[in-house]
Amino acid sequence: MTPNDVRITDSTLRDGSHAIRHTFTEEQVRAVVSALDGAGVEVIEVTHGDGLGGSSFNYGFAAVDDITLVRAAVDEATRAKIAVLLLPGLGTVADLKAAADAGASVARIATHCTEADVAIQHFGAARDLGMETVGFLMLAHRLDPAGMARQARIMVDAGAQCVYVTDSAGALVLAEAQDRVSALVAEIGAQAEVGFHGHQNLSLGIANSVLAVNAGARQVDGALCALGAGAGNSPTEVLAATFDRLGISTGIDVQGVLAAAEDVLRPLIPKLPSMDRSSVVQGYAGVYSSFLLHAQRAAERYGVPAHAILTKVGEAGYVGGQEDMIIDVALSLRDELERAGR
Amino acid sequence: MKTAAIVGPGNIGTDLLAKLQRSEHVEVRYMVGVVPDSDGLNRAENLGLETSANGVDWLLARPELPDLVFEATSARAHIANAPRYEQAGIQAIDLTPAAVGPLVCPPVNLHEHLTAPNLNMTTCGGQATIPIVAAVAKVTQVPYAEIVASVASKSAGPGTRANIDEFTVTTARAVETIGGAKRGKAIIILNPVEPPMIMRDTVFCAIAPDADQDAITASIEAMVASVARYVPGYTLRAEPQYDPPSDDWHGQARVAVFLEVRGNGDYLPEWAGNLDIMTAAAARVGELLGQTHDS
Repeated sequence: MTPNDVRITDSTLRDGSHAIRHTFTEEQVRAVVSALDGAGVEVIEVTHGDGLGGSSFNYGFAAVDDITLVRAAVDEATRAKIAVLLLPGLGTVADLKAAADAGASVARIATHCTEADVAIQHFGAARDLGMETVGFLMLAHRLDPAGMARQARIMVDAGAQCVYVTDSAGALVLAEAQDRVSALVAEIGAQAEVGFHGHQNLSLGIANSVLAVNAGARQVDGALCALGAGAGNSPTEVLAATFDRLGISTGIDVQGVLAAAEDVLRPLIPKLPSMDRSSVVQGYAGVYSSFLLHAQRAAERYGVPAHAILTKVGEAGYVGGQEDMIIDVALSLRDELERAGR
Repeated sequence: MKTAAIVGPGNIGTDLLAKLQRSEHVEVRYMVGVVPDSDGLNRAENLGLETSANGVDWLLARPELPDLVFEATSARAHIANAPRYEQAGIQAIDLTPAAVGPLVCPPVNLHEHLTAPNLNMTTCGGQATIPIVAAVAKVTQVPYAEIVASVASKSAGPGTRANIDEFTVTTARAVETIGGAKRGKAIIILNPVEPPMIMRDTVFCAIAPDADQDAITASIEAMVASVARYVPGYTLRAEPQYDPPSDDWHGQARVAVFLEVRGNGDYLPEWAGNLDIMTAAAARVGELLGQTHDS
């Protein structure tokens, strides 16, 4: 699909939305899209962090609705395609249709890594709408390579043109990422591409992405200044620079994307994600990255440590979307501490 | 006493039969399937029911027709069967997503639809959460309510998976029409963790900053007790949580309610509270229809 060796999708305006509690304005979206588009980034994802329909009590209300932002992004882009994310069970086909009407041309449909079959109707709908389709198998550390390959097959049979190994917890360590990508390439490589989406919770976003490409991945996600859930995403500008050094073409102008990160995005963001105790615990315990800010808020509200909430969430095996369980966990931790006679 | 048939001898139909066998107001006479010698039909036969694998044709040819039919097949099958039941004068309680008749939730709006020829049991998430929305709406205006249903992956069948939008759309609509929220939103999450997680539901309602919190909590607790009459494992995980208005929430205040739905373990496993609350609610409808008939 891309004339380059690897196609980078920038998710600053989607995964990055988690890090600023879904407060992107239309003006900010225009500025970031313009900078990314100018630097040659081929695909730009613009949606609430939890995808279409994500604006809610559970995930946080968006300052500006998705469709308005998508329309602005489409208007601003001269070359880049605009992508949207959808999580079945939260967003619906009706939301996808509205995004397509606003000019989005890539549909990224995400499920927990064992639940690909809930996305079948959405892949079908996206193809009917004429959109390019990408599947996301999230929290990929929770399923072995063979299992991931079987789930990728379900997505491809449903109409996915690419399936991502999505390391939502930033928990995959090197060979673990590579092996999953290899298994997907072996299973679906003849019909579809394979992608990798990394997080920085254990600081391995870039290294895992390079290994993924070595294993045959053709699509890789990043975000400017690593703006994203948890400790953030693989930084787009570092991906571009690293792939350039390796002689792997992405179509991105390295100086241009460095300027986009430094001069356009950085001034917009009051506090960039960092590898602090809580986000490292997320990578270590395998917790969905976007739980971070919700855990911090519950920690403040109920007087319990955020990293302790996240550790419990990891033990319970909660999956993406179960943000409500964070309050529940915080309440039981508070009660435990009170019983212990704090 | 009302007589009844169950159409669909799968997991749902078999669990429903176990529940209805305890009823003093409903006598299940017939179990109807389409696959000969199925486990569900054999079980029902051993319990003394008249059974057949010849489908609804067989049922409608019985010399004594049942008063009630519980449909535990698929939306498509129920859409085909519904007019035939109605023509035969059999009241239908529909556990499929067909939504031919009004959506009902027993402790909230069943009394409005006692004589409807066809009653739809909404969705599992709806049965678990709409009572809470209604309990809040009884005390104060609810401009917006949002429900999150988390279920074990193993309890989500192929029908649910193939059409998950049906769940979100139908449940959101029922949060409005039955629950009484001005606007509703529904979210469903499938979790594959082992051992399987017990169904969990969270209800968020936007409320006015000066709403009477004690009255809301009392109303919620009374409603939980009403639901627990037919789903004993329906419990609050914690006191309702009140948060003041926030700019992040467009200036709304919020009450959050955390529920656990542990099934009764009749035929379905305890963790499948989402399936249990459907069969329990359907059995409750049968029970209330039977009682009304007897009194």
